[in-house]
Amino acid sequence: MSTTTLSQRPLVRTKGWDRAQLVVNLLTAAAMAALMWASLLYAKDAANLAGVEQTAQRIFYIHIGCNVGAVLAFLISLVGSIAYLITRKLDWDRVTQASIEVGTICALGTTLSGSLWAKPTWNTYWTWDPRLTSITITLLIYIAYLLFRNGIDNRQTRARFGSIYALIAFLSVPLTYFSARWFRSIHPVIVNGSNPDAQGGFGVGETMGHTLIVATIAFSLLFCSLMFQRWRQLRLEDRIEEIREEIE
Amino acid sequence: MSVLLQTEPNNNALIAPTSLESQPVQMRAGGGLGAYLRKVRAIADKDMRAEIRAKEVFSTMTVFSVLAVIIFGMAFDLRVAFPTTVVPGVLWAVILFTGVLGLNRSFGAEVDRGSLAALLLAPVDRSAIYFGKLLANLFFLLATECITLPAILVIFNVNIFQTWILLSLLLGTIGYVTVGTLFAALSASVRARESMLPILLLPVMLPVFMAGTKITGLVLDGRGLNEIQRWLGILVAYDLIFIVVAFLVFDLIWEEI
Amino acid sequence: MSESLIAVSNLYKRYGSKNVLKGINLDVAEGQVMALLGPNGAGKTTLMRIVAGLVKPNRGDVTLGGVSLGKAGTELRRYIGLVSHLPLLYDNLSGWENLSFFARMYDMQAPEQRIEAVLHAVDLWQRRRDAVRTYSRGMLQRLSIARAILHNPPVLLLDEPDTGLDQTSSQMLHDLIRQLGASNRAILLSTHNLDRALEWADSICLLRDGKIAYQAATATLTGVSLRQLYAEAGNA
Repeated sequence: MSTTTLSQRPLVRTKGWDRAQLVVNLLTAAAMAALMWASLLYAKDAANLAGVEQTAQRIFYIHIGCNVGAVLAFLISLVGSIAYLITRKLDWDRVTQASIEVGTICALGTTLSGSLWAKPTWNTYWTWDPRLTSITITLLIYIAYLLFRNGIDNRQTRARFGSIYALIAFLSVPLTYFSARWFRSIHPVIVNGSNPDAQGGFGVGETMGHTLIVATIAFSLLFCSLMFQRWRQLRLEDRIEEIREEIE
Repeated sequence: MSVLLQTEPNNNALIAPTSLESQPVQMRAGGGLGAYLRKVRAIADKDMRAEIRAKEVFSTMTVFSVLAVIIFGMAFDLRVAFPTTVVPGVLWAVILFTGVLGLNRSFGAEVDRGSLAALLLAPVDRSAIYFGKLLANLFFLLATECITLPAILVIFNVNIFQTWILLSLLLGTIGYVTVGTLFAALSASVRARESMLPILLLPVMLPVFMAGTKITGLVLDGRGLNEIQRWLGILVAYDLIFIVVAFLVFDLIWEEI
Repeated sequence: MSESLIAVSNLYKRYGSKNVLKGINLDVAEGQVMALLGPNGAGKTTLMRIVAGLVKPNRGDVTLGGVSLGKAGTELRRYIGLVSHLPLLYDNLSGWENLSFFARMYDMQAPEQRIEAVLHAVDLWQRRRDAVRTYSRGMLQRLSIARAILHNPPVLLLDEPDTGLDQTSSQMLHDLIRQLGASNRAILLSTHNLDRALEWADSICLLRDGKIAYQAATATLTGVSLRQLYAEAGNA
C-alpha cells in the first residue's frame, strides 16, 4: 500500500512542476537572446566615452544583469532563512540554499565583469568602492554559508544553522556598504548620480535605457529559472533520502 | 550513607555528618533578572577561573598577537616611510586574527569534553550561557590587547594610547566578541571547526574593521572629533544590532545537540 | 501502583537516513530502577538523551512527573540528573569548583553542605581540591555521578555509569543507586553488564534495533534466561 503511494505521488506532482519549469526556461532563453541583440546591436555607443572605454562600456549590461541576480539572491535568501526559522519547513531552507547557490554565480559574474570594466575605465582592476566591496563581501558570505552547511550532517541542524548564519551575516552587509561608502568612493552612480568624484560615468541614452530594462528582465528570469531548477533538485534529493529511509 | 561506608572500611574517618536524603536541597525561589545575571556571572567566572589555571587561551593569544606585530613590523620596515600610515591596519588586523584563536576555544573545549551537555541540562536560559561566554571572551581579548598595544608602540614607535583609539578598541572588541561568540557556538560542533570560524566571521567583521582603522588613522592624523563621530556611530550601531539579534536567535542554536 | 515518573510514549527518532528509535514506550514508576540493555547501536544513548531533553524526538513525547518535556520550559530541567559516557566536567577546575559551579547553575542556596555530602558519598572529599584533569577514570565517573545527584533530582538517567569503574567504585555506585532508588525517585540506567542489571534494577528493558525487544521485572528473570534473551536480541 505504502509503496504505491510512494511511486505515484511524486509522478503526479512532477508533471505540473515540469511544465512550469519549461515555460520559465523558454522565457529565459528568449529574454537572454533579446538581451544579446539589444546590448551588442541595438544600444548606441555611450556619447561621452571614446575608444576602449566605449567598447568596454557594453559589458555594463552583463554587469548590471548579474548584479540584479545577486541582489535577488540576497533578498530571497533573507526571506527564506527568516521563514525557515519561523515555520521550520525545509522547503524554505531549500529556497535559501538554491538562491544562495545561484547568487554565488551572479555575484562572481558581477565582480569579474566589474573588474574587467574597471581596468580600462579606472585603470585598475580593483578599488574599495562601496558597491564593489559589499558585493564581494556578500560573495564571500555566500561561499562561507555553502562551506558551513557542508560541514553539518544532521538535516535539521544544517537548515537551522545555515539560516541563522545567513540572517546574521546579511545584517552586516548594509553596515559594510555604508562604511565603505564613507571610506572612499569613485564608483559612478548611473541613476540619479550625485557623486562629484565619480569617474567613468556616462549619460544613459534612450536605446541604452531600453537595453538596461531588457537586461534587468532577462537576468531576473535567468535567476528564477536557475533557482527554480535547483530548488526542485534539492527537493528531490531530500525526497530520495526519505524514500531510502522508508525502504530500510 | 552508612551503607556506603561499610563497603569502604578504610575510610571511617570520612563519615559524613548527614546522609544525602536528610538534607533537602534549597533552591532559590523564582527566576527573574537577578537569577539570570547570577548565572551569566557564574559562567564567565568559571571560564576565567579555568583560564587562570590552564593559561591556554590567553597565552596563545598574546604570543600570537606579538608575533603578528613583529611580522608586520618586518614586512613594512624599509618600505614605509611613515609608520602612522600602516599602524591602524596592523592594529586591527592583528586583533581580528588573534581573536579567532580565543573564540575557537570558547565553545570548542565545551563540545570536546561534553560539558556543553551539562550546561544545557541545567535550568539556565541559553542566552545566559551566551552572555557568560561573551563576557569571558571579551575579558580575554581585552587582556590580550593590553599586550598588543605596547608591542605596536615598541615595534612601530607610534603612540596609540589615545582616548578615542582606546574607545574605538573597546567598542570594536565588544562588537567582535558579540558576533564571534555566536558564530563560535554555531561552528563548535561542525567539522573542521578551527578553520571554519574565521571564514564565517571575518566577512561579517568588515564594518568593525573599517570603522576601527578609520578612527585610528584619523586620530593619528590629528583630526577632530567631528570626523571621528560617524565611525564611532557605526561601531555603536554594530554592537547594539548584534547584541539584540544574538539574544533573539541564540535560543535556536541548541534546540538539539 | 505508584504514579510513573518517567513516561515515554511512541517515541521515534531518526538521524539523517537512519532510524534510531522506532516507537518506544516505557514507564518508570517512583522508587523504581529500570535497566536498559541492548547491543551497541540499539538506541540506548539516544533514548537517554531524549529523556534528558538534549535531543528532540521526531515523533512521540516524554513526560516527567506528568509534565510534557516538549512543552515545559527550562524549569523542568531541575528534575533531571544525567550521567553520560563523557564526564561532562571541566578539566581545569577542581572537583569542588566543578560542583560549586553547577550548584550556581541550579540556583542552589548555600550549597556548601550539600556539595560536602555528595563528595563524601562518592568518596572524593580528600581529592576535592585537585584539578579534575588529574583524576583517574573511576574518579571522574564518580564525580560525574556527584554532579548528577547534586541538585537532588527525582529523575536520574545513568548512561553506562559502570564503565571504567573498579570493583570498589562499582560497589559504591550500586549502594548509591539502591539508596537513591529507595526514595521517591525514578532511575533509568543503561549497562552492558547483565549481572549488574539483574542485581541493580527492578525491571529490565531490552532494546534491539530501535525497538523494545523484551521487558520484564528482574524478579522473574535469572542470569541464564536473561543471557539467552540478550543473545537472541543480538542475533535477530
